[in-house]
Amino acid sequence: MATHLSAAATRPRHKRVLPGLSLSLGTSLLFISLILLLPMSGLVMQSVDMGWDRYWQVISDERVVASYKVTLWAALIASIFNGFFGLLLAWVLVRYEFPGRRILDALVDLPFALPTAVAGITLATLYAQNGWYGEILESLGLKVAYTPWGIVLAMAFTSIPFVVRTVQPVLEELSPEEEEAGMTLGASDWSVFRRVIFPALWPALMTGIALSFTRSLGEFGAVIFIAGNMPYVSEITSLMIFVSLQEFDFPAASAIASVVLIASLILLFAINIWQARYLRRLHGRS
Amino acid sequence: MSILIENISKHFGQFQALSPLSLDINEGEMIGLLGPSGSGKTTLLRIIAGLEGADTGRIQFGDRDVTNLHVRDRRVGFVFQNYALFRHMTVADNVAFGLEVLPRKERPSPTEIKNRVMHLLEMVQLEHLASRFPSQLSGGQKQRIALARALATQPEVLLLDEPFGALDAKVRKELRRWLRGLHDELGFTSVFVTHDQEEALELSDRVVVMSNGHIEQIDQPGALYASPNSRFVFDFLGNANVFEGKLENGKWQNLQANIVLPNGAEQKDGQLYIRSHEFFVSKEATAQANLPLRVIAINPIGAEVRLELTPIDWHSNDVWEIDLPHKAFDKNCFEKGQTLYVTPKAGYFFAHDAQQPVLLNWETEKVQVTEQA
Repeated sequence: MATHLSAAATRPRHKRVLPGLSLSLGTSLLFISLILLLPMSGLVMQSVDMGWDRYWQVISDERVVASYKVTLWAALIASIFNGFFGLLLAWVLVRYEFPGRRILDALVDLPFALPTAVAGITLATLYAQNGWYGEILESLGLKVAYTPWGIVLAMAFTSIPFVVRTVQPVLEELSPEEEEAGMTLGASDWSVFRRVIFPALWPALMTGIALSFTRSLGEFGAVIFIAGNMPYVSEITSLMIFVSLQEFDFPAASAIASVVLIASLILLFAINIWQARYLRRLHGRS
Repeated sequence: MSILIENISKHFGQFQALSPLSLDINEGEMIGLLGPSGSGKTTLLRIIAGLEGADTGRIQFGDRDVTNLHVRDRRVGFVFQNYALFRHMTVADNVAFGLEVLPRKERPSPTEIKNRVMHLLEMVQLEHLASRFPSQLSGGQKQRIALARALATQPEVLLLDEPFGALDAKVRKELRRWLRGLHDELGFTSVFVTHDQEEALELSDRVVVMSNGHIEQIDQPGALYASPNSRFVFDFLGNANVFEGKLENGKWQNLQANIVLPNGAEQKDGQLYIRSHEFFVSKEATAQANLPLRVIAINPIGAEVRLELTPIDWHSNDVWEIDLPHKAFDKNCFEKGQTLYVTPKAGYFFAHDAQQPVLLNWETEKVQVTEQA
């Protein structure tokens, strides 16, 4: 009996490398609270202070609603563009060996590393009427800088890595045998892409596009330099927040911010739930 | 459909994967490509399928020259080593794939496809798994689905890359028998790649032994086992012990050990390959041979006991293996560490300058007389 007890007492408890659930979960929760939840609740508190009527008035102001439209459309176009271009870029990086591939691979992260304001100023200079690209586009009758297209451009530039970096690992994992199997079964190249490759990439691509979209909703630095910021035409929502802040109208700023926040959260949740369902099929945990 | 392979060669960069080789496969035949990894067997299979293009040569299916035909137009069934099932499709959709992608004119109606798929699933005895996803299947089940998928378009040629490589021994044996049955029933021509000699010998009508991009030997399993025509085939078909002998006074000498040349043997130096069951074992040297060995392991395997032995006072590159019937083993009660003497009953002699072996037999009655004396 005594030996039983001592054996039980000395039996090693830790079976995992990291310290147990209580410590790791506690640390994570504390950190999330400090970094994420506290500022977010501050935001909510600010908006609550102002009362429902005022809140509604601020977020449904004509100029602000126009900014929602501009932001949503620009983010949508930018993220869909990134969906195509990012997939192409990831494909090239994974499937082909060519000189400079590693440099290109590193360059993909540049929009993350670059201060967004720098990106904005650079883009604005390039696409201005007398800029390198702007001159050419001007002669074709296209105007990018200081129009909503400038917003799309800046958003696409800052959020392209999201698509590339979510699609790339999935592409790397995709075995060429599945494609070959499709071909031996007589499928055309397009059929193989549509029926074999694309369904495997689809969840990652959607996640990438959604991340790129939510990032674009919140983009500020890069956009304001190229947007021209004309009320009702090329003002984005985060600029409206900034304007309110400059007028020291903190509740109004929080109210508008809460709208962006809620929109992003709903989108991210939806994508997560959808993706979990889809992946469950692939990995057979049902 | 018969397959004609003529002067096919292939290199990847500097590496010559296949030296020009030719192979004639008859209609309805089952061919095993056997060889170690890197011998070019999978490359050859992929070239037949059209997944890889050959540098030189010609491939013909029946009367049809398919050398420059794209894989999708060759209409072969191909089963991949890792099955390559489409993970996002159900089992039924996987099997239906080949029918679904047919051009509209040739494509059967949806109900017809459904019936065909159910029929195929019945054939592989997995109709109850039709709505599962590949990740929910065991290895053996995946393999059968991969086969059903490959057979859906009724190809006349079925190619299999290491079809049973990733399965455990029991499932492998079962599937092997089942595949052979299917082959005999449906009458397609099959070529499969394997590195498992037992699999190749059991399943094939003819075995093609390959090494370093060459074909070493093509023969029926029985003939291949009875008369391997090169050192490589002998080594690869396994279970042979090699005695390196120098000719001295009518004996092959290796340091302290020796074997007397039997009648009809060439008077030359060379290597004697002796299969593990072609031995007579005794506690003393015999008049025919003086080959002392020390027992290092005793493994009872099925009907026989396998002894692993190391040479005493002579040289051999490998551990020797000798299979004894239980009866003979029990009579002698060998133990680990014990010294014993072996005498070959039959062996294949490769003279140093020869490519082909000579089969030698010792008169075993004589051996026993000596032992009794």
